[in-house]
Amino acid sequence: MESNVHRCKVRTSGLSSLHLVIASMNPAACEGLPMSIELDNDESDDEEQDEETDNDDSDVEPQNSKKTAQRNRNGKRKTEQESEERSDASEEEKEEKSRKKNVKNRTKSTNRNNSDEAEEEITKNRKNRRNVKSKKKDSDDDGSDDESVDKKKKEKRGKKQVDSESEEDDNNKRGKKKDKKDKKDRNKDRNNKKKGSSRFNKTAKSLQRPPSMEGLGSAGRRRVLPLLGYPAMNIAAEEGQTVRSDDPVDCLLPEPVAGLLGQRGERGAKVQVHEELDPLPHVCAPGPEELQVPQRPLLFIKHQPQARVRFGLMETCLMLSPATCSNSEEESEEEEIITEEDMAKLKEEVEEKKKLIATLRNKPSPMKQKLQLLKEAQQFVEKFEGALGKGKGKRFYAYKVMMTKKWMKFQRDFENFKTACIPWEMKIKEIESHFGSSVASYFIFLRWMYGINMVLFGLTFGLVMIPEALMGRPYGSMPRKTVPKSEQNSAMNFATLWDFGGYAQYSVLFYGYYNNQRTIGWLKFRLPLGYFLVGIGTIGYSFMVVIRTMASNANEEGGGDDTSFNFSWKMFTSWDYLIGNAETADNKFASITTSFKESILEEQENRKEGNIHLTRFLRVLANFLVLLTLAGSGYLIFFVVRRSQKFAQEGLDDYGWWERNEVNMVMSLLGMFCPMLFDIISPLENYHPRIALQWQLGRIFALFLGNLYTFIIALLDEINLKLEEEKIVRYNITIWEKNLYNGTWLENSTSRPPLDVDPAIVPRGPCWETMVGQEFVRLTVSDTLTTVITILIGDFLRAVFVRFINYCWCWDLEYGFPSYAEFDISGNVLGLIFNQGMIWMGAFYAPCLPAINVLRLLASMYLQCWAVMCTNVPHERVFKASRSNNFYMAMLLIILFLSTLPAVYTIVSIKPSFDCGPFSGKDRMFDVIQETLDNDFPAWFGKVFTAATNPGLILSFILLMALAIYYLQTTSESYKTANLELKKKLQNQSDENKKRNKRNATAAANQMEELQNSMQNANQRATGGDMDKKPNGVNSSNEHSAHGAYPPNGKGMRLTAPPRVAVTRPPGPRGPGQLPGLPRYPGPQQYHGAHPRMPRGGTAYR
Amino acid sequence: MGFSVITGKVVDDGGGGELGIMEGDQGGELDLQVCLLSLEDCTVFTRKEILRLYHRYHALAPQIVPHHFNDSADIKLPLDLISEMPELKENPFHQKILQVFSADEQENMTFNDFLNMFSILSDLTPHHLKAFYAFKIYDFNSDNFICQSDLEVMLSKLTGDELSDEEVQLVCNKVMEEGDLDADGKLSLADFEYMITRAPDFMSTFHIRI
Repeated sequence: MESNVHRCKVRTSGLSSLHLVIASMNPAACEGLPMSIELDNDESDDEEQDEETDNDDSDVEPQNSKKTAQRNRNGKRKTEQESEERSDASEEEKEEKSRKKNVKNRTKSTNRNNSDEAEEEITKNRKNRRNVKSKKKDSDDDGSDDESVDKKKKEKRGKKQVDSESEEDDNNKRGKKKDKKDKKDRNKDRNNKKKGSSRFNKTAKSLQRPPSMEGLGSAGRRRVLPLLGYPAMNIAAEEGQTVRSDDPVDCLLPEPVAGLLGQRGERGAKVQVHEELDPLPHVCAPGPEELQVPQRPLLFIKHQPQARVRFGLMETCLMLSPATCSNSEEESEEEEIITEEDMAKLKEEVEEKKKLIATLRNKPSPMKQKLQLLKEAQQFVEKFEGALGKGKGKRFYAYKVMMTKKWMKFQRDFENFKTACIPWEMKIKEIESHFGSSVASYFIFLRWMYGINMVLFGLTFGLVMIPEALMGRPYGSMPRKTVPKSEQNSAMNFATLWDFGGYAQYSVLFYGYYNNQRTIGWLKFRLPLGYFLVGIGTIGYSFMVVIRTMASNANEEGGGDDTSFNFSWKMFTSWDYLIGNAETADNKFASITTSFKESILEEQENRKEGNIHLTRFLRVLANFLVLLTLAGSGYLIFFVVRRSQKFAQEGLDDYGWWERNEVNMVMSLLGMFCPMLFDIISPLENYHPRIALQWQLGRIFALFLGNLYTFIIALLDEINLKLEEEKIVRYNITIWEKNLYNGTWLENSTSRPPLDVDPAIVPRGPCWETMVGQEFVRLTVSDTLTTVITILIGDFLRAVFVRFINYCWCWDLEYGFPSYAEFDISGNVLGLIFNQGMIWMGAFYAPCLPAINVLRLLASMYLQCWAVMCTNVPHERVFKASRSNNFYMAMLLIILFLSTLPAVYTIVSIKPSFDCGPFSGKDRMFDVIQETLDNDFPAWFGKVFTAATNPGLILSFILLMALAIYYLQTTSESYKTANLELKKKLQNQSDENKKRNKRNATAAANQMEELQNSMQNANQRATGGDMDKKPNGVNSSNEHSAHGAYPPNGKGMRLTAPPRVAVTRPPGPRGPGQLPGLPRYPGPQQYHGAHPRMPRGGTAYR
Repeated sequence: MGFSVITGKVVDDGGGGELGIMEGDQGGELDLQVCLLSLEDCTVFTRKEILRLYHRYHALAPQIVPHHFNDSADIKLPLDLISEMPELKENPFHQKILQVFSADEQENMTFNDFLNMFSILSDLTPHHLKAFYAFKIYDFNSDNFICQSDLEVMLSKLTGDELSDEEVQLVCNKVMEEGDLDADGKLSLADFEYMITRAPDFMSTFHIRI
């Protein structure tokens, strides 16, 4: 069996053996080949030289080479004859015979055909060397190569020696006759050899040494050498895992075979089999492609499933006799996968590969490797995916696979499309690189806001404004859609339009323009219902988006409250990789340095507070001042709104621009100056900058909120006034109608005939909804303008002034007092949030508000991008973006809630105006739902709805929700505590680990010391008494450096003598005491105690 | 938009020039598609982003890198050239970053490695992968541990030698104390990952938008 394996294998080795065969069969053919003619016996000679000699000889004297080849042939023939004889003579069982034949031949050739052997050896060595060279391409050191080759040679020699010994036993069995013959042959060969060497070899050494003596001498020497040579060999074999298959040595030598031959590294034995190659079919030849030496064949296959089929075949080939081998190969090629198991396995593998493809981008390997893996996986999947669905479901499976592929492609394209649709990516990137992530976070927030407002705008524009404009009654058809006569003169004035009065007021932009017709146009679009639902949907959508974003942000942040890694985080995460601007980088360096210094100070002083009473007093004072400011601003707004109401009642004509825009201006100015005031107050408190920033944000938030709510309360006051006014107007209208019809229709006023009266002169109510909408729109517009003006004056003009006046100014303006402005992130974010709050509040009464806001955001995006890039300087104190992101979102959520409160209140509890808006004539706005239910749904649905909305059910539902909330709250609490406990446990464990490791370290150090001492004692004993006087450390280290071995890693050693000296020293002449078979240093047991990775100095260095 | 990229021409607004696709024979285009797809599979980038990155790569050395994108595995640029990118120039660790991501030792970088680098540094890459590479970057002496000397190098790069020796020692000791869970005097990858997964800013700061 095994011999077959062997044969098979060697046959694969291709070229070299062929060369040999050719050389032996056809002497003419080998002329050109640099075949081995060298019959040198002395293998310790330099191989390089040998080779050169070979080449030279074969080139210069072709006749000689011919002769040698002939001689070789002769020798070979003899060998073959003999082997036949011998095989005839003895054993009966085929297997045994063949095996013995192999062994015999091998040994015989070793002993007798020395010329052949030498030839082979040289060829092989050359090949080996070539092989080694190809393995170590980068190492130019020929000497080392030669050395390793030499070692191999020697090793092989040793092996042969063993073989020849065993052969002798064999021969003894067979009888003396043959033995004699053998000896004769051997002598003949030796003679040949002698001749050859005398003719070719230029070294005199080999001639001088008699062959028999040489054999003995080499045996004596070489028996030891393999021990030394083996490790090197082994390493060489392991290094060159991938070799070409035409290499005779490395090709496909499975473990068992190698085991048969001896140690894996010994290749000499194998090559000798070349000679008796039978003309067997080339079934197992793997072809010239690269193969791996399967040191552990099974593992290899497991790692590379693609190679399985082929390699499995190879293996079976190797295990079976040649005939069966070829059969099995054909069979398995036809039906690689038949059984269910195989299929399942294959399917699994395909799935695995697919998974690999999907997750490849998350693998930490270099790109080249990834691409390679991907290619392999894809090829595998492509190859076997189709094969999976054999039989009935094949077509369906193929179809499925195709569809999956298409679907994947579509998804990928869609993803591409989606990312391509994200606007302003480049702009934000640029800002990010200049100002760091915190400023960019504002712009990302702005973009996010823009997205939300686009959706809101789409809802209101598509479902409310467009239907009304296209299908509703045209302008001028009804009183609510017409500018009243009294205002018509000034209705097109710019001032009026700017104020959203006149034609702007009586248009789709505001609530009052919409008619209460149940359905409009040929589509039967239910406008009032649509209006109501869009209003609700706007709020619902906003809530959903904000909460979802917050949740995802919270997930991202994880448990960031842990302060146990303060310094580590500062170290590893403080640099912002986004920074791509030199100035920002400088600032960042400075801020990192400062933060480190702060932490160091904190660490050193450990909360050594100064005058705590003073600090407390100052903080209280600061908060008092802030409260005063807030109250003052609130009162101011309240006062101004009241005043504006008075003006409005008296008629706006008598007043100038200021009086008309007083409310907005005051609010904007307060929003501008109060934060500055807070900024001045905040240094009093002496907080940590981050905490101070939070206080600052909180105060501004409170200010804005206060202002907004004052504004809303004032508005509610105004609404009440308007409602009072409405009553009067309604009374007046009845009188007016009475006058119009001369009292004829008095008793039946509900069924008035349509009068042919100009709708402009019909008296109308005050329509408080439109008023509210107008207020919000005005506020938004003025807010936008304030932002623009602030940017232009505060940033741009300041920058221009600083930049150009700096040439003729007495101090450096750029680095001195005014300097350039920093980008005010917190103020801008808060402005954005409050603006959004106003949109949410006013959108119900002014459908145009989202549209205006979209425009505003668009404008501010471009304007602020420009302003930031050209007028602002990066922050000196960069605060963290990721934390504040959710902080912003939380504020947005609060604002959303607070702004929906008044809107919902007005919708639910105030009676809509009687003569304007889609809900006119109804008692409450939400009656429109009831109306729709009654008219458009079947009766049972209305019943179900009323049943579902009765207070009992709703109450129980609310109760259920409260319970659910309570339950979830409790669970999250328990999770939190569990989390904390786990954290504590981890902490404890790590502490324990630390302690244990420290203990181990000390123990190891002690042990080492002990060992060191014992070793020193041993040394002292070994070296004699005169060494005792020297200090121990010096003594032992000197000793060891002299021996060329590693010095022990002791405490004192390191300090006295550098340990590397001995190791890096070139190998000099060995001391007389160094026998090759003996260990060089006292013993390996001295390293037992110490961990290999222990620091050299033990605890002293820690 | 994304659909037509492969066959048509992509006009990149960043560089001014147009980044066309090779309009050769059908086979070449197919190869290109396959190449782009496999690059998409290996990185987090979309096709357009890959082409944009290629444009950046091309802009670094217009005389070496061909104008049209093709399978450019054999094109290499020296690291010095790449470190001139504004995204990397100011980064105190840019040398080490480039070393970590370049596959060969000759201070060169192929486009594939270039792509891989920005893929790892993009915001779509999962946490653990980023942590792995961050560890490699901060391991300045490449001994698979972040030891005291690495921390010192890092601190001097971060603060520009503003801190005194004692302060540096204090900070390094504190970092070791905090992060070194197994108390072997140096931070292993496991220690580092444990620490960095809890850092609130890691994902936002270890990130280059390209």
